[in-house]
Amino acid sequence: MTVVTREQIVHWLELTVTVLNENKDYLTQLDSAIGDADHGTNMDRGFRKVAEKLPTVADKDIGNILKMVGMTLISSVGGASGPLYGTFFQRGGMAADAREELSADELVTVLQGAVDGVQARGRAQPGDKTMMDALLPAMAALRAGVTAGKDSLGAMEDAVAAAEQGMKDTIPLQARKGRASYLGERSIGHQDPGATSSYLILNALLTALKE
Amino acid sequence: MKKLINAIPDVVKEQLEGMAAAHPDELKVHFEPNYVYRADAPVAGKVAIISGGGSGHEPMHGGFVGMGMLDAACPGEVFTSPTPDQMYEAAKAVNSGAGVLFLVKNYTGDVLNFETAAELAHGDGIPVQNILIDDDVAVKDSLYTAGRRGVGTTVLVEKIVGAAAEAGYSLDQCSDLARKANQYGRSMGMALTSCTVPAAGKPTFELGENEMEIGIGIHGEPGQKRMPLTSADEITEMMAMEIINDGAYTRVVREWDRDAGDWYDKSLTDAPFQKGDKVIAFVNSMGGTPVSELYAVYRKLDEVCKANGIEIVRNLIGPYITSLEMAGMSITLMKTDDEILKFWDAPVKTPGLRWGV
Ligand SMILES: Nc1ncnc2c1ncn2[C@@H]1O[C@H](COP(=O)(O)OP(=O)(O)O)[C@@H](O)[C@H]1O
Ligand SMILES: [Mg+2]
Repeated sequence: MTVVTREQIVHWLELTVTVLNENKDYLTQLDSAIGDADHGTNMDRGFRKVAEKLPTVADKDIGNILKMVGMTLISSVGGASGPLYGTFFQRGGMAADAREELSADELVTVLQGAVDGVQARGRAQPGDKTMMDALLPAMAALRAGVTAGKDSLGAMEDAVAAAEQGMKDTIPLQARKGRASYLGERSIGHQDPGATSSYLILNALLTALKE
Repeated sequence: MKKLINAIPDVVKEQLEGMAAAHPDELKVHFEPNYVYRADAPVAGKVAIISGGGSGHEPMHGGFVGMGMLDAACPGEVFTSPTPDQMYEAAKAVNSGAGVLFLVKNYTGDVLNFETAAELAHGDGIPVQNILIDDDVAVKDSLYTAGRRGVGTTVLVEKIVGAAAEAGYSLDQCSDLARKANQYGRSMGMALTSCTVPAAGKPTFELGENEMEIGIGIHGEPGQKRMPLTSADEITEMMAMEIINDGAYTRVVREWDRDAGDWYDKSLTDAPFQKGDKVIAFVNSMGGTPVSELYAVYRKLDEVCKANGIEIVRNLIGPYITSLEMAGMSITLMKTDDEILKFWDAPVKTPGLRWGV
């Protein structure tokens, strides 16, 4: 596989809608342990709106498609995850610009822009028990894979494996950002809901690349 | 769940429709995106004060829209922060040209959504600033947490800064006053029962018949510690002393640089209370506790303050920043000076707070 096509990006977003809907109760259950029991509902509400709007932009360039997703999430999710995932897709869209397909290097640039956006907005550090703990290792693995000469699919496989590990590694962490931080030591022993949704979103991209 | 509800998805919408019907002189409601705004907005030459947050804390914030307080309020779903499009549209609707001050309770969701809104408003050429309210002494440090939550002080800051804007303060003057009043205020809350978010259908946590939760926020989240229930006097004394003895509190906040069009970090330290301080005392019901019990609390609070050399010069007693039907209360003490007292005493005409008119 040489490039990531616009159709694959659209398919990624469709898969994300489905996956977040299927995992709505699971994500909310994770958030009820260390948050306020709304992460699944928030994400599902936002991506349902994305599903409504996707057909209207499906023939636009990748930048436009991703920016539409960002704006939709920002205006429909609320909570901490709304502006964070909204920024993820907006900044990804800005990095993708008017491209209609992405080389492996360009995929790295787009996802790096997305992850940098989340970090700038939320300012979480590695180990704070947030979505960054899935996103940062995934980015590092993706970049390493592409630098080592892997194609997008191969590098994305590494990235998703790293995201999954990062997600699981949030379990022993004590939260230092977001609502969960108010629990102090009581946040230890639970998997972070945002890291989990980040893994699910990246995994949906991998699935789209395989098809 | 026993509630006066028609359909769960309509809870926020129907509440707003009721407010619009009840208070046409003070406010109007815009739907999609949802915001409550002053009936006479934009008020020529006046800085617009906007707040917002999850629903379920009524009368805050929508009930504080009107002359001398807020120009607009953005209600989210129950206990979920509102979205930037609500704040941005509200800002455009009430900005007279003198700019917009967002008063933001310190919860990650509210902070990030209001920051996004400020960037959008700035992009439209609206002068804007965000000031955080973070007064909950139950959160001890800001290094290992998202920092102190915004609770009771919010009501007092909205009243004081709303009056200053009415009196012609500029955006920077309103921002400085809001920051100062927030730094002068400290609060602590406790719960006798949990509360039920309509969409969840069951109480957020369980409290035994003889238990109480100390150091709660306003979203039904568990607090600092669970303890055996004791007397009103003991609970009041314990909470008042936590507030009075609270040491200096330092954290870094983000404020907006209008010239650079970017955020910058500002380190703030709140000084502890001192003997001789004159304060506003605010005893608040979390929703389910009757006013009669709040007066019992106030009686003891007055005694404890006197014993510690703190003079209560104004008070506010009642349900103003609630957590649905939760039984429990919060205590807020805010140090005052001439500027703060002048604006506290100034006229206000809103559905939730009204005097001097
Ligand atoms: N400052 C932050 N940076 C990155 N991610 C964060 C930050 N604060 C919270 N999060 C993520 O947001 C998730 C919670 O999202 P959600 O439940 O939708 O919002 P809320 O906490 O406002 O209810 C957490 O699990 C965490 O991964
Ligand atoms: Mg949550």
